[in-house]
Amino acid sequence: MNIFFHFGRYYILIKRAFGKPEKLSLYKDRIFEEMYSLGVGSLGIVAIISVFMGAVITIQTAFNFESPLIPPYAVGVAVRDTMILEFSPAIVSLILAGKIGSSIASEIGTMRVTEQIDALEIMGINSAGYLIFPKIIASVLFNPILIIFSMFLGILGGYIFGLMAGVVTDFEYILGITYAFRPFNVIYALIKTAVFAFIIASVPAYHGYYTKGGALEVGRSSTKGVVYASVLILAFDLILTQVLLV
Amino acid sequence: MIIGESGSGKTTLLKCMVGLNEIDAGEVLFDGRNFYDLDFNGKKEIRKEIGMLFQGGALFDSKTVEENVAFPLSMFTDLTESEKRDRANFCLQRVNLPDANKLYPAELSGGMKKRVAIARAIAVQPKYLFCDEPNSGLDPKTSIVIDNLIKEITDEYGITTMVITHDMNSVIEIGDNIMFIYKGDNWWQGSKEDILKTDNQEVCDFVYATKFMKSLKTKF
Repeated sequence: MNIFFHFGRYYILIKRAFGKPEKLSLYKDRIFEEMYSLGVGSLGIVAIISVFMGAVITIQTAFNFESPLIPPYAVGVAVRDTMILEFSPAIVSLILAGKIGSSIASEIGTMRVTEQIDALEIMGINSAGYLIFPKIIASVLFNPILIIFSMFLGILGGYIFGLMAGVVTDFEYILGITYAFRPFNVIYALIKTAVFAFIIASVPAYHGYYTKGGALEVGRSSTKGVVYASVLILAFDLILTQVLLV
Repeated sequence: MIIGESGSGKTTLLKCMVGLNEIDAGEVLFDGRNFYDLDFNGKKEIRKEIGMLFQGGALFDSKTVEENVAFPLSMFTDLTESEKRDRANFCLQRVNLPDANKLYPAELSGGMKKRVAIARAIAVQPKYLFCDEPNSGLDPKTSIVIDNLIKEITDEYGITTMVITHDMNSVIEIGDNIMFIYKGDNWWQGSKEDILKTDNQEVCDFVYATKFMKSLKTKF
């Protein structure tokens, strides 16, 4: 029964968040603010993780491809497909769920326990719309940019570190990343990213919005938001892969 | 003024009156308009006529003092940026905080936060002002400053003000009509002169709880 209660309340909150805004211009400003704080603020962590993961995938794949039947350019193919199909959209989204999700849940949770959300409601402002809607839109619009950035840096990281480690040549790697490339894979990755971005912003926001108590509960809401968002990302990863690729 | 012991239901009553809590029975009337009979837009219109001073101030942490005060103006008026700034600074001057406009809430003392919250509440010229324990956590001197400010603003703007408190100094300083809540019920109602003379046991236990008030009892 608990799951139905939470699902129902989540649905009502999201419906409220997408209600008619009081002043469109202010909401537009809020979306840009959120894009900066949630999106631009995550560029660093995404860049570091992507470069190193691309490098590790390249070196590991090269060492595991020992059979002479596997062409050397297969390393580039493996890095490209791993980054585009799974690492960038799913794993980076999981990392963002931790970083952005905890920030959203604790920000909204703190606003709840310090009566700032009540203050918005008293002023006649749709607090769910004002606080949650810009975060969702900012994430859904900006996360795909982050993911494309991650794909590019992951493949680049694999190239640089693969050459430095001497496990792949310049020609083989470039041949591999261009070999039998399917543009639909990128579209599939971006569709997954948009769905994950919605989850990353809305689930922690839900947990933050209904925080009751004090600082301890804000921490718990933050943890719950990240855990549920991560589990939902994994579940939707499976569902979307089944629906879009199979 | 609504007074009563901690846990007696004062804040719950206030939250029901401003629509933050749903009510099971009864009516909340604003100039004859039953708040709970209205649709979303009707409630929104009444809320625009309400100013509220929360116990902790409830200032928006991410905004400066000036932005906090100008916030309701940004949401509901078409004033230009300079007009909003002027109005915010006027309200801040009114609460004796002329130099705090660029500070953030984290840089303010408890009393300053309350004054900024009052400035924000009066920025949109409300018809009703609700104050939830406006002097909780403040020293006696600052408490009197806040009490007097509430009283002055009420008179100056012709606002209907409801104050929730358990501070008898506030009752004596600015009390007009007083309601004593006991275990969730309207137990006693009267003027501040009446409350000092009443023989209602629960009210007397509350009013004369401190040694200072007991020492004054003989004078009443």
